[in-house]
Amino acid sequence: MDLRYTPDEIAFRDELRKFFRSEIPISIRRKVSEGRALAREDYVTSQRILHAKGLATPNWPVQWGGQDWTPVQRYIYVEELQAAAVPQPLGFNVNMVGPVIATFGSEAQKQRFLPSTANLDIWWAQGFSEPGAGSDLASLKTTARREGDEFIINGQKTWTTLGQYADWIFCLVRTDSSVKKQAGISFILIDMKTPGITLRPIITIDGGHEVNEVFFDEVRVPAENLVGELNKGWDYAKFLLSNERIGIARIGMTKERLARVKRLARETLAGEGTVWDDPDFRRRLAWSEIELKALEITQMRVVAAQRGKASDKPDPSSSILKIKGSEIQQASTQLLVDVAGPYAMPRPDRDEEGLNLPSVGPDWADAAAPLFFNYRKVSIYGGSNEIQRNIIAKAFLGL
Amino acid sequence: MDFDLTDEQRMLSDSIRRLVADAYDDFEQRKTYRAEPRGYDEANWQKFAEMGLLGLPFAEEDGGFGGGPVETMLVCEQFGRGLVVEPYLATVVLGGGLLKRAGSAEQRAALIPAIAEGSLTLAFAHQERQARHDLFDVATSATRDGDGYVLNGAKGVVLHGDSADRLIVSARTAGGRRDRDGISLFLLDPTTPGVTRRGYATQDGLRAAEVVMENVSVPAEALLGPEGAALPLIEQVVDEAQAAICAEALGAMDVLRDLTVDYLKQRSQFGQPIGNFQALQHRAADMLVATEQARSMAMYAAMMVQEADPTARRVALSAAKALVAKNADQLGKDAIQLHGGIAVTDEYKAGHYFKRLTMLAGLFGDVDHHLRIVVAAGGLPEAA
Repeated sequence: MDLRYTPDEIAFRDELRKFFRSEIPISIRRKVSEGRALAREDYVTSQRILHAKGLATPNWPVQWGGQDWTPVQRYIYVEELQAAAVPQPLGFNVNMVGPVIATFGSEAQKQRFLPSTANLDIWWAQGFSEPGAGSDLASLKTTARREGDEFIINGQKTWTTLGQYADWIFCLVRTDSSVKKQAGISFILIDMKTPGITLRPIITIDGGHEVNEVFFDEVRVPAENLVGELNKGWDYAKFLLSNERIGIARIGMTKERLARVKRLARETLAGEGTVWDDPDFRRRLAWSEIELKALEITQMRVVAAQRGKASDKPDPSSSILKIKGSEIQQASTQLLVDVAGPYAMPRPDRDEEGLNLPSVGPDWADAAAPLFFNYRKVSIYGGSNEIQRNIIAKAFLGL
Repeated sequence: MDFDLTDEQRMLSDSIRRLVADAYDDFEQRKTYRAEPRGYDEANWQKFAEMGLLGLPFAEEDGGFGGGPVETMLVCEQFGRGLVVEPYLATVVLGGGLLKRAGSAEQRAALIPAIAEGSLTLAFAHQERQARHDLFDVATSATRDGDGYVLNGAKGVVLHGDSADRLIVSARTAGGRRDRDGISLFLLDPTTPGVTRRGYATQDGLRAAEVVMENVSVPAEALLGPEGAALPLIEQVVDEAQAAICAEALGAMDVLRDLTVDYLKQRSQFGQPIGNFQALQHRAADMLVATEQARSMAMYAAMMVQEADPTARRVALSAAKALVAKNADQLGKDAIQLHGGIAVTDEYKAGHYFKRLTMLAGLFGDVDHHLRIVVAAGGLPEAA
């Protein structure tokens, strides 16, 4: 048992660290670090730099641009990416639809979509959740009706993250309503320019435009856009969701944020000293650091256990990572609000890209509260923490 | 990065598990061990010796087996599972840790083989009433007297101090009560005139003693390690004990969680197992999360206790202890609550695990104490 990296792993880490910090523009990384909204171009620029170096889709099959890395190397990659505040390659592309197409898609779909998905020439949105299907995703109602060579889509998707930038959307749709709900779902790819699709922004409590509703009214989709087999979509969705095990806890990102909290606390005046001098504040910060260290090791244990094992089964330990990871992420954003103090209050106007104009008060402080508000989402999305507890109770404890 | 145990380590862990199961699976046995004259079972102690556990952390040339913190973790985790009452922490981890580092060749030769074969036990008489958790706070004095020293002072809650064959006593040869310098260690035969011991049971079913020394004369050879410079060594060995405590707590947490989950499956109310109720399922799930986070920190403790920089080591061990203690406390209380009334009866196991976890959580500093150390250092050390 040795929790330290081997010399080879350290060399691998250092090389990535140098690349991320020297090649990804600081203007983009700063926005990530401060938790500000990125413009579409920021994501595209960053992902193309990564892709040119083979670093956008390391989890894909090697023939489609993946890397033949060990689980530890993949873990280091995610950690370093987050610690350098590099925007993650678009998850919908690289962690979700890409692996599904690479694993279950036809040869024609692979040729058509994978290279442009990796390079972010196509921006994908995820069409899973519906107004009546959140935690109970399988009860989704959007239908796909076969007519000749086409499927006709009707229904509504919601919480479509960054859908305003999307060129395509991958959707779970109901193709058979006469069977058990999980057994009548298919996975289909839809061009967002198809007539009958309407996108409506949802403005969240942080004032941001991150998510959308998407309406489908008699939308005609070529049958060749069905992925895999008809009515097997639930299996592909489970595969997709289990794919994000490494990185779900966002440990590198929280580490980076806590380091920033420390730095800002030391700079921010409070009475005769700085915020850093407040022992109560330091205690809460210390707890976050300690919990994060424990979670980091928990995550490394999960990574180590994956070695040499096929990873297409949902692993209940990802529920632990999700619960603790989201709690610590939320705590870290709250610490930032506390450091900002009174200057957490101002809410300056934003431009049409959702970016802040020059701040009132310290230039970082106006982003603190919106991030805290926004991060309420992390214990809700991806299976709420209560759903995760259900999974643990059932899968680990046999209750 | 590697979380695998070696084959030897796996075998060690498996064989201790079997041994502990044999000796402790019938919970009534633990009661009979506690009622024995030394407060534990000498036959068990001999079995530990035969398995090599008592010589585990000592160097091979001293008659030991050259085990490291991972081996100690494996032993203590299994002992935690069984709520073992034998004085392993006192004799091997604390006493042995001090002896193997500070002992002269003669002292090691005189004591280590006897410890390893199970014929000699140790206790570390360090705690004083006013010191609370401050390891540097020592009022007991050792004054030079001819070739030897005279010891005066009182030590409290000395783990297994009532039955130990030798005490390792900390005492001041220089400096004021709260100075870091000036603390020395002495090997003391507790039958020496002037030593009085008052032994008692602890809340978790183990034993401890109050030790008073009045004009106790010891020879120069009783000095263990350099005069006046024992504190860094004490801190290191207490950190090793913390790593062992984290592992022991982890073992107890695992068993208590499983016991609770089994009970949720068996206990029926309102016509169904209470484990069907989501309010209870979620608390049980949180018990699992708490255990896995504690497991990670027990591993962190075993790794960082080998850290060469003493400050980094101390902060890391405090972080580990703080988290394990907090989670052990929460898990223990949840286990009692989820069981309901049966868990507050003396005849049922759960309450005994809860009591042991409570005592382990406070041993060598509670959550607040260790959090203060992390806070004072400005956070956790950077990992290599």
